[in-house]
Order: sequence, then structure tokens, then C-alpha cells
Amino acid sequence: MRLVAEAIACQRGGREVFTGLSFAVDKGEALLVTGRNGTGKSSLLRIIAGLVRLAGGRLSLQGGDAESNIAEQAHYVGHQDPVKGALSVAENLTFWSAYLGGKPDVRTALKAVGLDALADLPAGYLSAGQRRRLSIARLVAIKRPLWLLDEPTTALDAQAQKALAGLMKKHLRSGGLIVAASHGPIGISGVKQLRLGRA
Amino acid sequence: MNPFLALMLRDMRLALRTGGGALMGALFFLIVVAIVPFAVGPDLALLALIGPAILWLGALLASLLALDRLFTADYEDGSLDLLMTGTLPLELAVTAKALAHWLTTGLPLVIISPLLAMLLNVESNAVGPLALTLLAGTPALTFIGLIGAALSVTLRRGGLLLAVLVLPLTVPVLIFGVTAVISAITGPVQFSPAFTILCALTLASVVIGPFAAAAALRHGLE
Repeated sequence: MRLVAEAIACQRGGREVFTGLSFAVDKGEALLVTGRNGTGKSSLLRIIAGLVRLAGGRLSLQGGDAESNIAEQAHYVGHQDPVKGALSVAENLTFWSAYLGGKPDVRTALKAVGLDALADLPAGYLSAGQRRRLSIARLVAIKRPLWLLDEPTTALDAQAQKALAGLMKKHLRSGGLIVAASHGPIGISGVKQLRLGRA
Repeated sequence: MNPFLALMLRDMRLALRTGGGALMGALFFLIVVAIVPFAVGPDLALLALIGPAILWLGALLASLLALDRLFTADYEDGSLDLLMTGTLPLELAVTAKALAHWLTTGLPLVIISPLLAMLLNVESNAVGPLALTLLAGTPALTFIGLIGAALSVTLRRGGLLLAVLVLPLTVPVLIFGVTAVISAITGPVQFSPAFTILCALTLASVVIGPFAAAAALRHGLE
């Protein structure tokens, strides 16, 4: 499996954010997108996730499921955590697992992010870091080959960052792909770098 | 569980738990209908005459109430992004949300409408037709409102715009809903023609609403 971008361009609000951007991510590889504020890191991830229209160029996931588009084979973790405060932690994860398709293994996924003890707590009581961990649990509960992570370490403590790095390594070992946007290191070695915007 | 059902059940559960759904809509309906007699005075004949119209207006306003949060709540916490990356087509996802909205907001109004009809001195033989027209017509209000909710999703304080966008579109539903009830009481036209057109309006909005709402969401989220 290989994610290939050929000369893609992005426009937001009529303004050109980037143009002629090409890169490729092979299976088992991680791509770290860096760049100053406003250079289009988040936009790039949203384009891959199908949430922003491509203004030019081609984007393809070779060797993937031909029946489904890239978005359906990708996990997108954005700035916000789609967590409903009125539902319990387990209910939140169960819903997303059912909605995104697949056999949910909610308990194992919650254990992987250290939230298993809080499974029955209304998610409204979670801290920002715990909400982020609940978002990450989604990556474990449902298998999708491409992970799109936008500032995944935000609000996470050192231990949770380490756990996330462990999950990412495991995902890469099993042949997954990761595209992450971050200002800092994401805790895994041997990542490819893509720098957006002029230095 | 399939994604459609999962989304519908989640929305219903949220509506029932947070108190913004079923109970609130029904209470609002009750209060709107209950203050009308104070405004028009204790004229029973007049109340009986305008009763069906008041009940329909109340239902219209009550179903607008929860529409405001239909997509904005999901937009604000990023859920909408994920709803769009699911395997379920967005058109079906918004349909699931609309059904959940109707079941928690529209259906309770239909159920309590016979009770409120008594408050307004609506004739007893019109109570059945009234509930029936609300049952047939409130889904149209939800699905028309769906379009407005999707259009105003990225706006702060979009609730007001939502009302301005949606209310004019609901005029045909209101006309034929009230006409059907009144014709059941007095004539001169029969109940069934107006009722049939009301059903047609509902069916048309169920078909058009999800496509328009999904298009509005795709455009709005860019």
C-alpha cells in the first residue's frame, strides 16, 4: 500500500495555501509534516481525509481497497475530539466503532489508552488529555491502514505520549501508514519529513 | 450494528439525556398553546375556530427549537468531520439524524396534541384528524428544517438565520395541514384532498431534504 500525492494544490477561502506538492508514503512508513503556522499542515491532512476539496493534482492510495475511497480507509484525528459529554466513555467509543464499521473491541482499545477504569464515566468529566486518549482509542478499536494525525500529542502527558508512540510503532510494523502534522517530535524514529512553506 | 442505526440511536440517546430534545419540545409546545387563550380572551367559539392553526404553529415552532443544534453540536466537537469520513453516504447520515430528531421532537408533539386540542376547545371529532395531520406533516417540518440546519452550521448564532430560512419553506405544509383539520370540522372541502397533498409534501421533503442538506454540509465545511 502506498499513498501518493502528485503536485497537489490547496486553496482556502480563495487564497493559495500550497501548490505543486508531491510526496509518497509507503507501507510501514510515517511522514511528519512540519512547517510554520498557516502553511497548510492541517489542510493537507483534511485534503487526504476528503474533508477539503483538492484544488489541483492527484492523490491516490495504491494497493488499497479499490471499492472505497481514501477517507474510508483512513483514520482522521483532528484538533477537536469528537466526544459527547452526555454519553459514557465506552458508549462514545462503541458508537464511533459501529459508525466507522468493523468489529469493535472497545475494552481492549480503552485499555490500550489507559481509560478502561473510566469506561462507565460520562465523558463530560474527562480532561482534555483524556478526551484525546479516547480519540486515539478509536485508532485501536477499528483497523484502518492510513492514520492522519493532526497534532496528536496535544494535551497528552509524557506517559500517554509514550503509549501513543507505541501504538504508532505497532501500526507501522503491521504495514500501516501514518501522516502526522506536528511542531514537535512525535516519539517515533525514522520518520520521513515534509516541510511546508518557505523556511 | 449498522452505521445508520448506530447514528440514529446515538442522536436519540443524546436528545433524551441532555433534556434538549423530547421533553423540551413538548413543554415548549404546551406553553405556546397554553398562552394563546390568555391572549385572545375566553371566547370559546373563537378558540375552537383558530385552535387547529394554533396547534400547527406551535408544532412548527417546537420542531424548530432542536433543529438549531442538529448539526452545530456535531460541528463544534469535530464529530461532523468523522461522520463525513464514514462508509455511510452523507445523505444517509443526515437522514439518520433527521429521523432521530423527528422521533424525539416531532413524535412527542403528535402524541400530546389531542390533550392540547382540548385546551383550545377543538371539537372532539377534529381531534383525530388533527393528530393524523401532525403525524403526516411534522416529518416534513424536520426534513425541510434539515436543509436550513445544514446551511447555517458554520455560523455562530445561526439559529435565527435557520428560522428565517426554514419558516417560509414550511408555509405549504402549514396551509394544507390546517386546511385538512378545518375541513374535517366544517367543510366545505373534504378532508382527504388536503391530507393527501400534505402527505405528498412530506414525501417530497424526505426525498429532497437529505440531498440538499448533504450538499450544504459538504460545501459549508470546506
